[in-house]
Amino acid sequence: MTANLVLAITAGILVAAGVYLLLERSLTRILLGIMVASNGVNLMFLVAAGRPGLPPIVGFGDGADDVSDPLPQAMVLTAIVITMAVAAFVLTMAYRSFQLHGHDEVADDVEDARIRELAQKDVVSESYEDTTFSDTGADVVSE
Amino acid sequence: MMLYNLIPLPVLLAIGGAAIALALPRRPGLQRVVSVASLSAIVAVAAVFMWFTHKNGPMAIWIAGWDAPLGISLVVDRLSALMLFVASVIALGVLLFATGQDKDEVRRETPVSIFHPTFLLLMAGVSNAFLAGDLFNLFVGFEMLLFASYVLLTLGGTSDRIRAGTTYVVVSLLSSSLFLISIAAIYAATGTVNMAHLAVRLRDLTEPVQLLLEVLLIVTFAIKAAVFPLSSWLPDSYPTAPAPVTAVFAGLLTKVGVYAIIRTETLLFPGDTIYNVLLVASLLTMVLGILGAIAQVEIKRMLSFTLISHIGYMIFGIALATDAGLAATIFYTAHHITIQATLFLVTGLIERRGGTSSLDGLGGLLKVAPLLAALFFIPAMNLGGIPPLSGFIGKIGLLQAGAEVGTPLAWLVLSGGVLTSLLTLMAMAKVWNRAFWGVTPAEQRRSDAIAQDLDPDEIEDEDTRPMPPLQVGATMGLVAFGLALTIFAGPLYEYAHAAAATLRDGSYVLAVLPEGLR
Repeated sequence: MTANLVLAITAGILVAAGVYLLLERSLTRILLGIMVASNGVNLMFLVAAGRPGLPPIVGFGDGADDVSDPLPQAMVLTAIVITMAVAAFVLTMAYRSFQLHGHDEVADDVEDARIRELAQKDVVSESYEDTTFSDTGADVVSE
Repeated sequence: MMLYNLIPLPVLLAIGGAAIALALPRRPGLQRVVSVASLSAIVAVAAVFMWFTHKNGPMAIWIAGWDAPLGISLVVDRLSALMLFVASVIALGVLLFATGQDKDEVRRETPVSIFHPTFLLLMAGVSNAFLAGDLFNLFVGFEMLLFASYVLLTLGGTSDRIRAGTTYVVVSLLSSSLFLISIAAIYAATGTVNMAHLAVRLRDLTEPVQLLLEVLLIVTFAIKAAVFPLSSWLPDSYPTAPAPVTAVFAGLLTKVGVYAIIRTETLLFPGDTIYNVLLVASLLTMVLGILGAIAQVEIKRMLSFTLISHIGYMIFGIALATDAGLAATIFYTAHHITIQATLFLVTGLIERRGGTSSLDGLGGLLKVAPLLAALFFIPAMNLGGIPPLSGFIGKIGLLQAGAEVGTPLAWLVLSGGVLTSLLTLMAMAKVWNRAFWGVTPAEQRRSDAIAQDLDPDEIEDEDTRPMPPLQVGATMGLVAFGLALTIFAGPLYEYAHAAAATLRDGSYVLAVLPEGLR
């Protein structure tokens, strides 16, 4: 099988750009990242299809070697449909988030924040003992 | 009768049921009948599959009459039949529980008429993933169940659920993209996506290429199965959903990932290249997961962490790469689907009876609701691995399999497993002590008031509601199913052993592919 280098590199660039956008906080940018990355993945399928040829329809070409491999294209079609549905859902979610909070940023976990708060409260509380363990075995406790 | 024609039935029943239920938005009663009927039918079909594959070995069908290896194959062997059976029983129990919600709760928790159709589509995705004979169909199954899960997780679109849903959706989308990348890479390397065909063709590839493809697939499935370090999305997203939704997610979704890992490791890549990595991952998943659980005060969050932790046991069995290890994993998976879903349902009941699911606001439930206490106690002890319950049997099986392998790393993970078991018990005891023992928070406040010379009658009770009988009944049914797994542990374990043996003896390939392609 011969692979198309230009397609492969383009796929790589698209996925890289998609991953970069995925790391953003705003849901809209994340969605753009997903779209770009999934287009990159779709290109990968075209690379996987090997050398392009005649349309894969009965009557074109002499044998299997003359026509393109139709299976990856069928898979890409499925993937595109799924991506479209994903885009619709994520956009709805971003809009709902905008309605509720005035922005569409991915929030931190509340429970994590609560535990962090507890730890901070502990540090500044009166009963807090800053314990350091020394090599001598004697524990140093600040009062 | 040619039984293999029945293989697509679970998927069709679920999708058909979903379509009918969707067409009846104004008839909630009829909707319930349709969804309960189609799930019951799936349970029946799955039971037939279990009986038949146990007697005659795996069977396969090439959909729409396309010849192998061009068409799409659906395959059922002992493992997928068992998974399908347990999953559909749990889904049925959870659906009955959801049906038991009163009007008020329906408005708050599952407000729209799409709950039943979406739930059935989730089941269709799960069935399709268990039955899929090729990687792309597995991907489609995953997408179906993920899409249904996005909708279920963000039901009602409240602020909390949107926040939790965002993390979940983004992580799932990432893993879907990874899955597509692995499928493209595998197709480029071998020219097929059929798993049986891949089992034959992957062997011809060079070692580094095989390793690359294997790691791609394992990472994809490890995200779904919530294996450390790819597990941090789970406790963030599960607890905010309605109780039945969390229960079915916890029971089924991660286990589909575990199932996919078993398939990949036994059928596609039987070599032993990454087993040590998996062993380390399983140790970290177990120990870090359970340490997270102990730190929680919210019962649902705690259970989400125990869920992650016990995925580690299943990965441990897979990573041992022996028949005994796989058999124990299969048994443990069946046990864990049941127990974890039951515990989440019980938490739903606790939330109704006690007004909250946070341990800070609970107490004295043993006196107020002894039945609820029993319903919590049995599965909690089962999760902790107390003999003679099924959790104990599964863990003993895993530990024995680990000891048989006997490498230092296996012993290390084994001791990690024992420690995790103890810590699970500790986490469950924490819930028991704080939620069921002691006095209720209202009584506590009253006695405080008396101590401060205030009028105790001014103190109001918590916002508690009685438990609907159907919800209690559904939970009791699942607890009974968990006990049945214990009572019939002998035959079930035998079945799991046979299932593990079929996974690695090549009969899967024999059942799917005709003579010339093997």
